Order: sequence, then structure tokens, then C-alpha cells
Amino acid sequence: GAVELVAARVPVLADHPLVRGPRFRKLKIGAGHRLDVKASGVFVLGIGHGNKLLTDLYNCHLTKVYTVGGLFGKASDDFSDTGNLVEKTTFDHITREKLERILAVIQGTNQKALLMYSNIDMKTQEAYELAVKGLIRPMGKSPPIITAIRCLQFALPEFQLEIHCLHETQQYLRKMVHEIGLELKSSAVCTQVRRIRDGVFTVDDALPRTQWNLQSIQEAIRNCQLKVETELEKTLA
Amino acid sequence: FSDWDDIPPSSALEVISEEEAAQIIAEPLLPIQSSTLRDYVDHSETLAKLVHLGVDLSQVEKRQKAGQLLLTLDFEKDVKKILLFLKDVGIEDNQLGPFLTKNPYILGEDLEALETRVAYLKSKKFGKSEIAQMVSRAPYLLLFSVERLDNRLGFFKNELGLSVKKTKDLVIRLPRLLTGKIEPVKENLQVCQIELGFQRNEIQQIVCKTPKILTASKKRLKQTFDYLHNIMGIPHHMLTRFPQVFNSKLLRIRERHMFLAFLGRAQYDPAQPSYISLDQLVSLPDEVFCTEIAKASMQDFENFLKTL
Repeated sequence: GAVELVAARVPVLADHPLVRGPRFRKLKIGAGHRLDVKASGVFVLGIGHGNKLLTDLYNCHLTKVYTVGGLFGKASDDFSDTGNLVEKTTFDHITREKLERILAVIQGTNQKALLMYSNIDMKTQEAYELAVKGLIRPMGKSPPIITAIRCLQFALPEFQLEIHCLHETQQYLRKMVHEIGLELKSSAVCTQVRRIRDGVFTVDDALPRTQWNLQSIQEAIRNCQLKVETELEKTLA
Repeated sequence: FSDWDDIPPSSALEVISEEEAAQIIAEPLLPIQSSTLRDYVDHSETLAKLVHLGVDLSQVEKRQKAGQLLLTLDFEKDVKKILLFLKDVGIEDNQLGPFLTKNPYILGEDLEALETRVAYLKSKKFGKSEIAQMVSRAPYLLLFSVERLDNRLGFFKNELGLSVKKTKDLVIRLPRLLTGKIEPVKENLQVCQIELGFQRNEIQQIVCKTPKILTASKKRLKQTFDYLHNIMGIPHHMLTRFPQVFNSKLLRIRERHMFLAFLGRAQYDPAQPSYISLDQLVSLPDEVFCTEIAKASMQDFENFLKTL
């Protein structure tokens, strides 16, 4: 008669969790636009497929928005209030109007840079209309560009700015505070750089440390999914 | 034994029936070398019994020569007596697995040496349950010679200027002090005295309340002290009263203090009204801290955190 071989599965210790070890060891997490050690605010992370979306979003060149705090009367070697003091100056002559005038100049020069790096022929009607609506932006590499800047608070010696920008570094923003101080015939150091928006992600979407758990993270991903998709479709179409 | 008159063994090339072929069990040989105990666990009584005790072999195999040691041990002859010894010392059955995972090397120790060391601790008037606690929390303890244990106890007694009883209480609470390196402890004491400016008797009080300060990172210790003393304005004597703040994360202290300051409630002087103790500041969970101490909601706290 024919002999049958029957396969039977027998549990082996080699598969026991105490022998095999944990099933999941790694999680692929990617980071979005950099935020340096001294700065705070919205920081975008991606998990798994989110890493690809991060790359796509990077290629959309969306603006980021910061609140930047400054203090008149001092200059430091790294432009921040924790750096080594280089100079002390008076600041009583500074007024809000004077500051806003400087901000307008900054906005103006940056506007020119914006148009230049966006490779748009301004002579066309279409280009003009887009520019008026603020829909122009460089879709390739460029130096940092400020698309909007305004003064939120002014109480000598402190002031606070809101800055919309592209391709920036936080250190660039600190240097800007330093230069504003110089333009106003005084000096200034940067006390705070806080990102309140990164593309489609706002402070409201961001999870504070108290919510760094699986459930909150899953919910946060779900809540932002739609606007991420919409933005990608709009820009990359 | 073989009988020469019996039928000679068959040649490997001899033709056999299908039935006989199916009955030959040809298992692969055990590998001579392997980087994991998985290859041996189903063929080793010692390994199998250890897994059943709860030993995590996937962790053990990462340690230097530990896997090799286990494979050379015989369960009945070598391992059993050490297990009985550990149970005698007071390690619970369900604790044996995790204990051996952290210290598999004890299975290769000489039983007499181990017993001598326990006898030494008993001679120093450590109670049975105290010894069990120390061994459990510092699994390497019994690998140290009597001489070394003695030196360590002497060191702590002299450096800190504590009584015999207080020194014992200290090492019972943090037995790691006996097994860890001494240099970092010396350095931490220097930091407390010279850089942080605590008096010797203050250091004694702090160490007895929170022994972990002796093994904390110096950088963290200095940063936490700097914030508490220079930014929050807490004087030395208050820090001596509540040394548990040094065990707390600096971020937690900062965020909660800034929130209280924002609300105008940052009052840490017991002589003044609405006093908030450092203990309340750091030990309470977030929700309780918000409602009882800050008198605000969790949502308010989280909104505030987002402005930092």
C-alpha cells in the first residue's frame, strides 16, 4: 500500500517570544522642515507612507509662518539672547512707526526676490494677477524669502514680529532681528523663534508633549489627511 | 553492545522499501556556530527549562559569552542548585526569569562563593528580606567578592559621614550603589558641594531621601539646580527639604513653573499665602496639577504649552 506523509505543525521553542525576541523592532519615521535647538513650534513628522508625502510636500514649497521675539538694546555674537554680548546701545529713540517702516522695506526687497526666483515674466497679465493674489512662489531652490512681515507687539525694549517665509532657516530669522536693530540705529537680539505654521500644518494641529501617545497621533494623522491630499493635488497638478 | 554474530549493518546504498524510507528520520545537524540561541533551544534541556522559567533568551544572547555559558551548563548538575540557592535568598518564583535575564552569569558561579557572600551580608546585620530586595534590584550584587562589598560599604560610610544604620538604609534603597562605578558617585558629591553649594549635612539629608542623586547625570543635576535656584529662586534649605525635584525632568519643572508664573501663582515661600510646595509641583500627575494647584483646565495648560 502507499505510504502517506502528513505534515503536522508542532510548536517549537525557537518561535517562543522569549527566544525570538520582539516582533516589531523598527519604525520608519521621517522629519519635515528643520527646527533648530533654540526654536520651538510646529514640527512635522511622517511615518511609513507619510515619508513619501513629506517629500511631496517639500516639493510644494509652501510658506512657513513664525512669531519672532526681539529685544532692543543688545547685540550678541549669535544674534540670540543666549549668545555672548557684543554691544549695548540705547533704544529710546525707536518708535513703532520707525520699525514698521523698516519692515515695509524688507517686504519690498523680498517681493522683488520672490518674483525673480519664481521665474515669472511679470509683463504678462496672468503673472500680474497671480502676484496680486499672492500665489506666486519659487518652485525650485532659492535663498530665504520673506513673503510677509508685520509687527504684532511693540513695548520697548521688546517687540514681536510675525514672519511668513520660504526656504528659511531659524538662524536667518535671528540675523534679521539683528539687522533690524542696526537699521534702527540701535541693536537687537532675538529672544524667541516659534513656528506657528508649516505649509498646511498649524499650531492647532500640533500635539503638545502631553499628547504624545498612539491614539492622539493616529487621530492627528486622520485629521490632517484631507488637507494634505488637497494641497498636493492643487500644487502638483 | 554489538554481537558479531548478528546480521551486519546494511549498506547505505542498499535498496529499501518505500515504508522503510518514510520511517527514516533525518534531522539536520545542529550548527557548530551560531549567533542566536534559537538554533539550539529545541535540543537543549537547559535552555528549554530556562525559557519555561521566563528567561528571555533573545536578550541573553546579546550579552558577552552568556549564550555560550548557558549551552555548556547541565540543568540537573549545574543550574538547579543555583536556582534553589536564589529561591532560598528570597527571589520569588516568578522573579527568577527576569533576574536571570539580567544576570545569566550567576548560573556559572561557584555555589560556595555565593553562600559566603550572603553570609557576609547577614553578618553585617542585613535582614533576610532586605538581602532579597537588594539582590533582586541589583542582580549583579552576588557576583562581587566579600572584599569588594566590604570596601563599598566602607566607602559610602566615610564619604558621606553617615552612621552604620543610615549607610545600610542607603544601600538597601539603592543597591546599585554597591555594584556600580565609584568615580561618578565621587564626582556627583563634588558637584553637590562645590558647584551647587550644599553643606555637608544638607548633602547627607538629600542623599538619604533621594539616593538616586548619587548616580544622576552631572549635567542634568547642574541644569536642574540652575533653573530651580537661579530662575525660580528656590533657596538651598528648601531644596534640601524636597530633594525629589532633582529626580524630576527639567522640562516638567520648567513647563509647570512657567504656567504658574503666567497665572500669577508661582509662590514657593511657605511663609507667604498660597504656598505651593516643590513636592506638589513635580509629583502630581498633569490633571491633578492643573485642577488643584494651577486652578486651570488641562486644555488651558496645553494651550499655554503651545505658546512656548
